Amino acid sequence: MQGRGCFKVIAPTIVAALMLHMWPVPDWLAYIRPEFVTLVMIYWVLAMPERVGVTVAWCVGLLLDVTQGAILGQHALGLVLVVYIVLLEYQRIRVFSLVQQALAIFVLLLIKQVLVLWVSGMVGQAPSLELYFLPSLTGAILWPWLFLLLRNLRRRFTVSRSF
Amino acid sequence: MQSLFLRGPSVTLRTLLLVVISIVVMVADHRWHHLESVRGTIETYLVYPLRYVINLPGQFVEWGDESFSSHQVLLDEKRKLEEQTLRAQVSLQKLSVLEKENARLRKMLSAQTKIGEMVLVAEILSIDLDPYKQQVVLNKGRNNEVYIGQSIIDAWGVMGQVVHLGEHSATALLISDPSHAIPVQVNRSGLRSTAFGTGNSQQLELRYIPHNADIEIGDQIISSGLGGRFPPNYPVGRIVSIERPAGESFATVLAEPVAHLDRSREVLLVWHNPPVKDVLLHDSDVLSKEQER
Repeated sequence: MQGRGCFKVIAPTIVAALMLHMWPVPDWLAYIRPEFVTLVMIYWVLAMPERVGVTVAWCVGLLLDVTQGAILGQHALGLVLVVYIVLLEYQRIRVFSLVQQALAIFVLLLIKQVLVLWVSGMVGQAPSLELYFLPSLTGAILWPWLFLLLRNLRRRFTVSRSF
Repeated sequence: MQSLFLRGPSVTLRTLLLVVISIVVMVADHRWHHLESVRGTIETYLVYPLRYVINLPGQFVEWGDESFSSHQVLLDEKRKLEEQTLRAQVSLQKLSVLEKENARLRKMLSAQTKIGEMVLVAEILSIDLDPYKQQVVLNKGRNNEVYIGQSIIDAWGVMGQVVHLGEHSATALLISDPSHAIPVQVNRSGLRSTAFGTGNSQQLELRYIPHNADIEIGDQIISSGLGGRFPPNYPVGRIVSIERPAGESFATVLAEPVAHLDRSREVLLVWHNPPVKDVLLHDSDVLSKEQER
């Protein structure tokens, strides 16, 4: 925990996740693209809950809203609540195996999507649901690799002690 | 020294506070449209740089394509374009005659004349937005005097309108988005309707058309200009299916947009004088304007 230096690696990963979210891909891929931003936020909360909390999550969520052209606060609300759950449960999730973690992440991603969907539905812009929750599935499948990648990054930059 | 437990009133309290703030922000943004400037600022200073970087590879490929294409290909393209220009000019000649004639006839009927429109070419950035929304990002923004609600068209017809604005970029909602509706008119019969987006970029739905309305498959629909948001008389789509289910009060009419909503790369931003103002003009004003020209 070297003071504010840790943001040197946290901020770039969040920016990279935002860019992956906007990266132009073929249509079918756009429908299964996992929510990289949510995944990366969950990782950082798990790894350093004393650094990355609900306030950071809200700001990142707002950025996500602007990049997605969503209602301001829509993704922010989802991200804040997901991060809050992780903050309550991080000690438990940390000791899970990668597969168990992936399952937990799947549930968290679903919660986020349901919250976003709920707001869309309330303003009468509900999308069709056939493929809507696929990104949660791909996100959970991708989690182990993302986890290892981010952990390597964090260790290389010696951001935090454990996990 | 790190605390072992993070739970406690402070985290819960902050979460609750942020949830309340989120809800307030959502209401302010969606209901009252108070936060366009906040969105514009975030867009300009935080999101636009990212979008710019993401768009670079696409631009590079395009540049490479142009720079390294062979002499022969360029010559062919030049010939084709010259031919197209010639054709366009020929039809323009006719058009100018028709326009004059139209203006004269309208003057005889003392109806207002069509007022010229200004356009600006903008490029669609290769950026993905929410796949469940029909939106595109353009490379022109407040710097180019783009405004919220401005119509965008491509070479074939109406595409949509600007909904969010940054300094150098703008987000446009396409006419096929489920939350979008455009007032239209059937070109052949003059029947007015509203075309709603369906979320499918190949389909629009015309609602509230009675069973006995004069409408046929293949009819062209154009923007009617009612409401003052879209310029009138631009092609919007073509009717592809009409069903008149017994027991329903309205027919189900589907149209296909003529604009290449998912293929166009270059679009036009249109400035037009809102018709509301024009209606207030007296005939004498219109005439004096005509003479000034």
